[in-house]
Amino acid sequence: MKHILLIALLLPFSACAADYMLTIKDHQFQPAELTVPSGTKIKLQIENQDASPEEFDSHPLNREKVISGHGSATIYIGPLSPGRYTYTGEFHEATAQGAIIAQ
Amino acid sequence: MFGTAIIVFREVLEASLIIGILAAATRGVPNSKRWVIAGVLAGLAGSGLVAAFTDAIGSLASGIGQEIFNAIVLGIAVLMLAWHNIWMSSHGAALAASAKSAGRNIADGSSERSVLLVIVGIAVLREGSETVLFLYGIAASNDGGQSSMMLGGLVGMLAGIAVGYMLYAGLLRVPMRWFFAATGILVLLLAAGMASQAAHFLIQADLLPSLAAPLWDTSAVLPESGLPGMLLHSLIGYDSRPAGMQIVFYLTALVSIFTGMKLVARPRQTSI
Repeated sequence: MKHILLIALLLPFSACAADYMLTIKDHQFQPAELTVPSGTKIKLQIENQDASPEEFDSHPLNREKVISGHGSATIYIGPLSPGRYTYTGEFHEATAQGAIIAQ
Repeated sequence: MFGTAIIVFREVLEASLIIGILAAATRGVPNSKRWVIAGVLAGLAGSGLVAAFTDAIGSLASGIGQEIFNAIVLGIAVLMLAWHNIWMSSHGAALAASAKSAGRNIADGSSERSVLLVIVGIAVLREGSETVLFLYGIAASNDGGQSSMMLGGLVGMLAGIAVGYMLYAGLLRVPMRWFFAATGILVLLLAAGMASQAAHFLIQADLLPSLAAPLWDTSAVLPESGLPGMLLHSLIGYDSRPAGMQIVFYLTALVSIFTGMKLVARPRQTSI
């Protein structure tokens, strides 16, 4: 009975946003281009493997967040229409660039 | 160095515009300048703390702690700005008179001064913590070229402060009959802009639906990355790609505060 209750409670969460991962290493985003499905909310996890902080900044996505050195952050984006949405690491713009492609 | 200057300039500009407007708007309140400075110092101390605890704050509430923190801080600022404007609406005439005669103490001016301290402190805290983190990251990194980046940061900071000061000085030149109306409108728009920003963070944390995202896209015409866009963003809360919910928050703040101001400003009936 307990297990059924647990599953029943968790079911709504299975409809939640899917997890996608970005890593910051040596002031670069990996992967530089991330493909996600369009039309659905996306949960983006960003892990900063550098010692210095970075600010994930995207005007097309209207999102910005500071991530401390060796820290991680969660950002929700979307639902997105199909297209290419660029983002940068504001603290290291020359190398930290990438795009999210919604298909 | 230029890149660093721009980043620091952008952060400092947001705070210095708010401080410039408020310093001008409270010119009649005795000792207001001292409270502005106190607010700046408190904000700087606070931003050092926030920068140090960025990790801890960020991992609160399963990774959306930063957005909640920002939304709460902005929410407090909106309430304080609303209070300020409503207070000004009932005391504006008395202040206009006293601005000419120094030393007259306005009743409950002390509460207005605390509000001033809090708003200035919050403005400096929000922008300062990002700047502190950024500069700390440069100082701590082994990438080299640190001194030119620090110099860029200093240049950016001074430029941001200069623009804020120009706004303050410019506002003081507005003729007295328009002065409180002008600063009242600026503070009103500041509050609405902050409400929109708070909504933006809550949407980012998936605590609010976006409604329509983006409601419009004027990034080709007036990007936020350029100077005009930056100024409009800080002064009136302009967003080149706002979510529908941000506009709802913006208009709600605008209408509520304006209504509050009008309600308290009703002229008192003098007994005959």
